[in-house]
Amino acid sequence: MSGAALWQPVWLTVQLALATVVVLLILGTPLAWWLARTRSRWREVVGTLVAMPLVLPPTVLGFYLLILLGPSGPGGWVAEWFGARSLAFTFTGLVIGSTIYSLPFVVQPLRTAFEAIGDPLLEAAATLRASPWNRFFTVAVPLARPGFLTAMVLGFAHTVGEFGIILMIGGNIPGETRVLSVAIFDFVETLHWREAHLLSAGMMVFAFLVILAVSVIGRRAGRVGL
Amino acid sequence: MSGARIAGALTGRRGDFPLDLQFDLPGEGITAIFGPSGSGKTSLLRAIAGLDRLDGWLKIGASDWQDGARIWRKPHQRPVGYVFQDARLFPHLSVADNLRFGAERARKGDTRSGPDPDRLIALLGLSGLMARGVQNLSGGERQRVAIGRALLSRPRILLLDEPLSALDGAAKDEIMSYLEDLVPALDIPILYVSHDLAEVARLAQTMAVMKAGRILQSGPVDRLFAELDLEDAAGRFDAGVRLRARVTGQDRAYHLTRLDLGGQQVTVPALDRPDGSEVLLHIRARDVSLALARPEGLSIRNVLEGHITAIDGAAGSPFAEVTLAVGGSALRSRVTREAVDALGLSVGKPVHALVKSISFERGRD
Repeated sequence: MSGAALWQPVWLTVQLALATVVVLLILGTPLAWWLARTRSRWREVVGTLVAMPLVLPPTVLGFYLLILLGPSGPGGWVAEWFGARSLAFTFTGLVIGSTIYSLPFVVQPLRTAFEAIGDPLLEAAATLRASPWNRFFTVAVPLARPGFLTAMVLGFAHTVGEFGIILMIGGNIPGETRVLSVAIFDFVETLHWREAHLLSAGMMVFAFLVILAVSVIGRRAGRVGL
Repeated sequence: MSGARIAGALTGRRGDFPLDLQFDLPGEGITAIFGPSGSGKTSLLRAIAGLDRLDGWLKIGASDWQDGARIWRKPHQRPVGYVFQDARLFPHLSVADNLRFGAERARKGDTRSGPDPDRLIALLGLSGLMARGVQNLSGGERQRVAIGRALLSRPRILLLDEPLSALDGAAKDEIMSYLEDLVPALDIPILYVSHDLAEVARLAQTMAVMKAGRILQSGPVDRLFAELDLEDAAGRFDAGVRLRARVTGQDRAYHLTRLDLGGQQVTVPALDRPDGSEVLLHIRARDVSLALARPEGLSIRNVLEGHITAIDGAAGSPFAEVTLAVGGSALRSRVTREAVDALGLSVGKPVHALVKSISFERGRD
């Protein structure tokens, strides 16, 4: 077994997790802000939808995504513009799937951080002529910094750990969709115990560091009274 | 903004109680918004700043800030300086950056020159704090930064929402002195929310009295203190009068200042004012007792002669409020109704007023 076979899934996983975190920050930040600030009666409904990936079996999500991303779903129509047949079994498909799967892990810490800021400081900024956008970027975002850090770490880590969805919508294409968790499964199936051990031990260390990082961030944030 | 007014008619609800705010206040000097907690003082300020939206209209000088559904200036489009009860400094910024936050966003294209930042910072005693974070400032320091931040945003109107209520006596006094030094330099109207009559007496020229979501009356402090039944808004025990007196001399040995009050002498703890200058006194009704003859062997030194002009005592209350004429001024005394009967007090009767405590404010003339 060559080193490339070992490192390719790791590198692909890092790429997938980074891409997913970027997409999630772009989509999740306004969503979390809305959930934290709105008085709309739709708030709980939307909040519930965001939380659903926490409870659903990944295979259920994967199944629906497969239909949506496949040749006869909307994903297929989009793919046609780029001359492809389907978004399933592509890296783009994995990013879409991971975004939905990890959504609650990014939105929840951001929502909590935004809620903790509350009205008083934003009102003070408004009386000092800060427009709504300006208030968001100069008051809310800096104060929610620990929330952003937690959201990025959790979003990254949770994406790294996903398996079920990927197997459903990504399959096992080396360099395209064969991420770490799938590779470990594959190594075990083909009785490559050494490689399975290496990758699994690496994941153990990674998981430990992630949880440690999140609690350190949480404690720091608590200390400055946020 | 001289001559211009702060006027409006705003109605709505705040939580459980209705608001009906009709006002026409002067566009200069300090106007105290006075009333008990829950009377709608803060709601008035928030509506002026645009933080809460009520129905009606609001005009500051020549500009319409709200007119029904037709005109609505958003809070960040209103040149107000708002100092909140709880300072609301930005915890992620240093003192200097908090001050800069206000200054940077001052109205673009505003040709009026704002306060000189260096002078303001020195005046508020903030020079030594600039690099500090705001987390470890004392209550008084926080409020000074908040006042500086609001003023550096070059407001056309300054809204102070009980800026001293969270502070202890010494810090309170310190900030009041800062405000007194600042105000003459500012050419903008100030609305000052307070439920403390001594603060009102010391700082304001005009006052608006609020109760249960309405503005009962507004006008010069001197007139309202004498005329209005402030006890109603202030709660029984803070009713009082404001009187003008003239400094006649200093008693260096006892650290006292002698004042002439309508031809009679009173003494107060040493006041650093030249002879002949006018001071304003605030005497609370509960600090005034009555005697039929000039008493002897008494530690109270300020005894004034006058006669009774009115006695108000509701049957349900143990207290009566006695109004006296003392050398052309009115003085109020709170005594029990039982005392009124026992002493045979009645309108026209000459009495001696024993004044236990006098608070004083800067003279304005």
